[in-house]
Amino acid sequence: MHKILLIIKREYLSRVKKKSFIIMTILGPILMAGIMVVPIWLAMQKSDKQKVEVIDESYLFKDLIPEKDMIHFDYPPITLDQAIKGFYDTDYDAILWIPHNMIEGGKAIKIFYKKQLGIGSEEYIGTTLGKMLHDVILAKNKVDLNLIKSAEQYSKFNVITEKLETTGKSEKTNTGLFMGIGLGAGILIYVFIFLYGVQVMRGVMEEKTNRIVEVILSSVKPFELMMGKIIGVALVGLTQFLLWVILTTTLYSVAGITLLKDLDMKQVQKKEEVYTIGADLKYTDMKKIEKPNIVTEVMNDFKSVNMVEIFFTFLFYFLFGYLMYSALFAAVGAAVDNEADTQQFMMPITIPLILSFVVAQAIIQNPESQMAFWFSIIPLTSPIVMMVRMPFGVPDWQLALSMALLLLGFVITTWLAGRIYRTGILMYGKKVSWKELGKWLFYKG
Amino acid sequence: MQHILSAQHIVKRYATHTALDDVSLDIPAQSIFGLLGPNGAGKTSLIRIINQITGPDSGSVLFEGQPLSPKHVEQIGYLPEERGLYKKMEVGEQALYLAQLKGMPKAEAKKKLKEWFQKFEIDAWWHKKVEELSKGMQQKIQFIVTVLHEPKLLILDEPFSGFDPINANLIKNEILKLKEQGSTILFSTHNMGSVEELCDYIALINKSKKILDGPVKQIRKEHRSNTFEIEFTGNMMAFTNSLWTFGKLGEHKMDGENGKAQVVLTPGTSPNQLIESILPVAQIHSFREIIPSMNDIFISKVNEGNPLGTQSNFTE
Repeated sequence: MHKILLIIKREYLSRVKKKSFIIMTILGPILMAGIMVVPIWLAMQKSDKQKVEVIDESYLFKDLIPEKDMIHFDYPPITLDQAIKGFYDTDYDAILWIPHNMIEGGKAIKIFYKKQLGIGSEEYIGTTLGKMLHDVILAKNKVDLNLIKSAEQYSKFNVITEKLETTGKSEKTNTGLFMGIGLGAGILIYVFIFLYGVQVMRGVMEEKTNRIVEVILSSVKPFELMMGKIIGVALVGLTQFLLWVILTTTLYSVAGITLLKDLDMKQVQKKEEVYTIGADLKYTDMKKIEKPNIVTEVMNDFKSVNMVEIFFTFLFYFLFGYLMYSALFAAVGAAVDNEADTQQFMMPITIPLILSFVVAQAIIQNPESQMAFWFSIIPLTSPIVMMVRMPFGVPDWQLALSMALLLLGFVITTWLAGRIYRTGILMYGKKVSWKELGKWLFYKG
Repeated sequence: MQHILSAQHIVKRYATHTALDDVSLDIPAQSIFGLLGPNGAGKTSLIRIINQITGPDSGSVLFEGQPLSPKHVEQIGYLPEERGLYKKMEVGEQALYLAQLKGMPKAEAKKKLKEWFQKFEIDAWWHKKVEELSKGMQQKIQFIVTVLHEPKLLILDEPFSGFDPINANLIKNEILKLKEQGSTILFSTHNMGSVEELCDYIALINKSKKILDGPVKQIRKEHRSNTFEIEFTGNMMAFTNSLWTFGKLGEHKMDGENGKAQVVLTPGTSPNQLIESILPVAQIHSFREIIPSMNDIFISKVNEGNPLGTQSNFTE
């Protein structure tokens, strides 16, 4: 036991002290915070305004199209031909042509451009004009626009799902949140197994190709060396993960808060924009019904998820999923002489991993299906799939069965891997086949 | 005689071949024991069994009379033929780690390591990474790590490979010193010169079987072939005739008047009879018995068991 601790310590320290670990630990959160913050930041940047000249032959929209951050509309009193001829003498980026028969179903408007406006702007023009046209048509047919608006307003409702317990108590649930938690946990396990499983494999191969392994094996048992490495690498992963969480939250809250404040202000201003259509028609943003604060609502929903239970099951599947897979990765590392040969043995390990990841995305739609059940019971796929199911509630017996099978799977795979490992690690210059691996299982220690 | 290690009827089979077939060895304490054999004979398999890296299919190994068990790991030092170190690790840190794996307390290991580093004049390497060292330098570190915990039994597999002659000599002297201090050394090599120089006992393994063992001196004596080398002045023809029925002429050459010839004595003839018959025709300058080198014995023994084996070449 003392020796396995020594091995764990070495595996841990030699990795944590590496430059690449320190760089990744610092860079990771910056990247992650970047992924979250940069889009917001970019969205807030004022790009050059695009200037569009509107040739409105229908006379419906003159001076009325609401402007957006990056688009400015002008309505020069010229014909389309004139506009096209003089296009390159002006600083307009595009000409928007609206035909005279727009209201009778003109079907098409045209945008001529020097510089592409971009999908965002094109869509904005399309939907805005569509909405405006819609209102104009209604108004022309003497339909009370306000009636329509209020009908729209009052026919909007939320779907509230509540889980009814046998005790008769019911709980409000938030399916979106469940999906988020489940998928998030599943992805985390998936990434962790892959990232650090491969590190275990590399470490084993390093020892084998360095030829240090025989020296070490004269002091410790192969199984101790293998488990020491697996546990040491797991601790490295946990350390990195923990540091990332801490650093990311710090970075995100520092960088995020300042940016978000700015953004909130802008959104508030936007909502108050009022524009008119025609002289007598008022189009007002009528979303005035009290909406509860989204943040407090999500916080309430979190309470409906049993976070403690999820956290502990997460730890369980996270740990044993990793242990089971990394034992297999270690066996692969021991069986081959170089990285190129790992491919054929990696395949059967990665297939259940990738499969469970794919299945997870289907299961999220239907967490109580047969497929969800089986994949969350079978040990190789259960670590990811069960985590996806967890927030939706899993019957106790299923959870117990899945955990018991995972434990059993862990014991069996580690035993198998240990046998392949101890033979392979001392085998040099031999290309190993599947048949060969099978034989190794039955060699006497 | 006290045996530090005694392997009894060891059998080790792999799927397609038998690595060791009923091999028994007794290694006397405080001796240097040479384990010889061609490549693939089963030496490494045997060494791995002694190191408890693998186990035998049948047979047993006794260490100082007790069945080999994990606690004996600390009494054995092993320098494998295929050896290496973690490239990215610092020399001192790595040596400490390996010593601790052998069960040494950290403080003691550190103290002993410093002593060895001073002895080999390599103090400056402590904080260097292994990849910065030359191969010979790495070998030195490996040797130190192997002997650091003062094992009773040292297993050295080709210990001189990778050393220049000066360092090989340094290591050789350390090995002899360790023997004086009471260690037993199991020494596996292809270098027959060093076997003659160092080993007290040998065992020869070929094709999974032990084909020869015993004290080196005795083995060489037993393998004498009654061959004598004679240097003389005279006529080759006359010399050959004078041998008559006492001996058979082997390799020979003449350089003007001076001749050198190997003669194999006919059984039942004494060396004195041979000299007497040569005396009248030639002036004898030297007359000595050729005692076979370990190299010769190795080659002839291995070829005996080899159906394709032909005559050995003289390669001394």
